[in-house]
Order: sequence, then C-alpha cells, then structure tokens
Amino acid sequence: MDVISATALRKRFGNLVAVDGINFSVYEGEIFGFLGPNGAGKTTVMKMVHCVSRRTSGDLFVFGMDAESHPREIKQRLGVVPQENNHDPDFSAFMNLTVYARYFGIQKRLAEERADELLDFMQLSEKRDVPVETLSGGMKRRLIIARALMNNPELLILDEPTIGLDPQARHLIWEKLRHLRSTGCTLVMTTHYLDEAARLCDRLVIMDQGKILVEGSPKELVREHAGTDIVEANATPDVIACLETAGVVFETFGDIIQVQTGTPQKIVSALMESCRLENVTVRRATLEDVFLKLTGRTLRE
Amino acid sequence: MAYFGLSEISRGSIAVWRRNMDAFMKTYQVNFIPPFVEPVLYLLALGYGVGALIQEVDGISYPVFIAPALVSISVMYSSFFECTYSSYVRMYYQKTFDAMIATPLSIEDVITGEILWGATRSTIYATLMIPVLFLFGVIDMPTSLLLIPFAIPAGLLFAAIGICFTAITPGIDALNYPAFLFITPMFLFSGTFFPISILPQTLQYFAFGFLPLANVVSVNRAITFGEFSPLILYNILWVIGVGALFFLIALKLMKRRLTV
Repeated sequence: MDVISATALRKRFGNLVAVDGINFSVYEGEIFGFLGPNGAGKTTVMKMVHCVSRRTSGDLFVFGMDAESHPREIKQRLGVVPQENNHDPDFSAFMNLTVYARYFGIQKRLAEERADELLDFMQLSEKRDVPVETLSGGMKRRLIIARALMNNPELLILDEPTIGLDPQARHLIWEKLRHLRSTGCTLVMTTHYLDEAARLCDRLVIMDQGKILVEGSPKELVREHAGTDIVEANATPDVIACLETAGVVFETFGDIIQVQTGTPQKIVSALMESCRLENVTVRRATLEDVFLKLTGRTLRE
Repeated sequence: MAYFGLSEISRGSIAVWRRNMDAFMKTYQVNFIPPFVEPVLYLLALGYGVGALIQEVDGISYPVFIAPALVSISVMYSSFFECTYSSYVRMYYQKTFDAMIATPLSIEDVITGEILWGATRSTIYATLMIPVLFLFGVIDMPTSLLLIPFAIPAGLLFAAIGICFTAITPGIDALNYPAFLFITPMFLFSGTFFPISILPQTLQYFAFGFLPLANVVSVNRAITFGEFSPLILYNILWVIGVGALFFLIALKLMKRRLTV
C-alpha cells in the first residue's frame, strides 16, 4: 500500500491557489522529493500531509487513513522536520528530545534512552546538556532531525532539511537520511538544492504554481528533458552567427549559449573548427538544467 | 465544532502543561521572587505607609484590609501575563505551538495546556504569598489556606481571558492595550485598595457584573476575614461560569488563528 496517496489535492488561501489539483503517490521505503521555485506549493503539500493544514478539496491518504479525519493517528506515526527550526530555547538538547517525546505519550525511561541514542546517531552527544541556543546552525538542524525521530516514525517529512548548512553538515545529514531509508523508513523532502535531490531522491516531482510539471527518477528526468550532455560557450555575436550557419539548435541564457546534445565531441569539434571558439565547456546535463528548463529563469519572490 | 471543541482535548494537554512547568522550574530562583517581594513592598508602602493616615476601613486595620487584595492581584497578574506575553512569545517567536501540533497534539490540547499552566502559576504564587502575609500578621490561619484552592478557578479565568487577547492581537505590542486599559484599571478599582461599597450603587453593580478582579477580591476577602454572605456565593459562581465561557471562546479564537 502507498504510504501517501493524493488525488486531485487542492489548497486555496483566499484567492490564491497554492496547490492546484495534484496527484502523487509515495511508496514505502523510498525517498521522494518535491522540487520547485519559491511559492510553488511544496511546503503547503507537506503541511497537508502532516495534518496541520486542511485541504480545500481532493483526497489525501496517509498510511491509508484520511488526513482530515485521523490526524492524531497519522501524526503518531510520522516525524516532521519543519523548514524553520523550532526547537525549544528554554531547554538543553537532551530535554528538547524528552519534552517532545511526552507529546507522543512516550514513557519517560524509554524517551531518555531514545534521546541518548539519537543524540549519538546525529553526533550531538557532546552537546547533550548545553542550552540549545549555543549550538551552531548545523547542530540545531541535526537536533531537529533527531527530535523528529523520537517516535520511531515510519514516515519522515523534511522541509528543506539542509537549508543554510555548510558542506560538511550537509554530507552528514545526507548520510543519515540514506541510513534511515535503509532501515525501511519512508522519507519525503522538499529542497532547493538540486544536487541534493539528485543524490538522495529515488523519485521526485517538480512543481510550479501549485501544479506538478514532471515526475520520475532524477536520471530519467535528466535524460528525458535535458539530454546527456551540455556544451556551453560565451554568447558573442560571432558565436551565435556561426551556430546559426551550422544549423545547431542552441539556447541563450544571458551571456552564455547552451547546446543540448547526446554527442558532445562532434559538436565541440565542429564548433572549434568552423567558429574558432574559445571558452567551450562540455559537462553532463544535470537536474538543474531540467529544473530551469521547466520552470524558467525568471526570479520568483 | 462538536461540543465547542471540547472533544478535541486529550491527555496530551498535560504534556503541554508539563513543558511550561519544566521551563518555569529551570529558572525558579527568578520566578519565586515576585510572590515573596511584592507583598512585602505593597504592605510596607500602602499597608503601613498610606495605612498610617487611614487608621481603619470598616473597623479593620488597613494592612489587613488590603492583604486578600494583594493575593487576588498576584493571581490576576501571573496568569494574565503568562497567557498573553509569554504565550505569544511561545506561539509567534519560538514556534513552540507549531512544533506541538506537528505531534499527535491538537490545537485544543495546546491551548488547554497553556490555560492550565497559567492557572497553576497563579496558584503557586498565591501559595507562596501566604507565609509572607502570615508573618506580617495580616491574615489568619488556617482559614486563609482556602486562598489556595480558590486561586485555581480565579487563575483559569484570567488565563482564559489572556489567551483570548493573544488569539486576536496583531502583534506583541498590541497586548499593551488590554494590559493598560483592562488590567490596570481593575487593579485599582476592584475593591482592592478601598471598599467597593463607597462607589455609587450603579458602579458597584457594574463591578460585580463585569470586573473579574472585583469578584475575586470579594471572595478572597471573605476567606481572610472569615465572613461569608450570599454575595460570596454569587462571586464564586461568577468566576467559575465566566471562566468556563472564556475558556470556550479561547479555544475557538485560537483554533481560528492557528488553523491554516
């Protein structure tokens, strides 16, 4: 059975349609990603899944239960890492976990054991008894993830899990999330970091303006929408004229041109010979190319 | 909206209450200052300072007259300020409520826990003031111990009123309106420092009909004087009834504010 299944899910705030009739299913044991520019509706979807936001229409089932009518039962079995850290500043790292465990009705002794295990798992044992406010950004984020695991969730929801963290902290978190998947936990995450999505997600959707544009594995999406390789060069008038004469399909983004291709060597040598190009780069197509192609390059505020 | 939201309250509200109790006990040295220091200051300045000019009120020495009012004021301040400024900080700045409702707790659990905690704080303060007032010889034992159980419904009343303001305030600064326009006038005109009976008849009716503190002071004064009348029964019922009403309103307003 699907861990989450949404059909024609819609959420409206006044006149603004934040989520516009989307369908998706999350399977047991996978990492499922939601990508999209700011305001695409990702966070709203997360909030509906963990039952703090009510849908306007459509169907939403989590663990086979209706999110509208069984919020307590659903929330008992999932963990939430919100976009904004909301640890309790009045307490130490350890107490943040044990106080949170009480909200699930977890016995004190069990909660204390579990809190120490999780502090160890997230490499925070040294900070067990220090006030949370003295922790670094990466430590706070790890503490929030540890907190979300206090109830041994079957489903972990992460809204921008590594936002604003340094590379070391991000790699540690990725490692832990992959470990959780290996233990059978299902993970649903939103992210703006496309490298993160490409590394972690088994499947993902790209959303824009409340709608799902595409769905698939990172590899499939890249292959389908961006080809295998990208040739880039400076967008000088000479280069553009040359490409046009050669009949090569290209796109211009600001001061660079891009050619999507499956045969980069051929294109490059052709360009080098006939156009005497400088500053030509060849690279693998990435999820970022798919993302920008589908959602455009206009700034979203 | 079944049963005005009461059906959404679970044992989880106790976990919310415990969270606040734990945070309070972490800094208990600071938190225990007001109930010890405030009655001393009020008694010295008003009871013995101003009281030296007054001699007696209705045949009672002035410090003895204001002693039950001091407990009432402390009950009002502690739960009202806990459930306005402090609750607002937890709700808006610390996002503590958001963290809680991502767990099996409902919005109603969170609000019930907050109100129970506000009332608990009132009760703790009333309890701590009693030995101080007894040492000054302005209250009698053991009847004055009844101030403690009555601090519970009185604290619930002010806590529920506080949450109602927290639920509708646009920002933390706007909480100054109820603090200065509602709480401060009550502090002065609820039979605290002069008897309500010297007010014009209509104002007396207004006080007992609409001012929570006037009803609380009336009951507490009956307790410390050991003089009960039918009016006291009315005051007690008023505190419990209006407290229950504001509790339901608080649940409804907070549900509206926090539901997205």
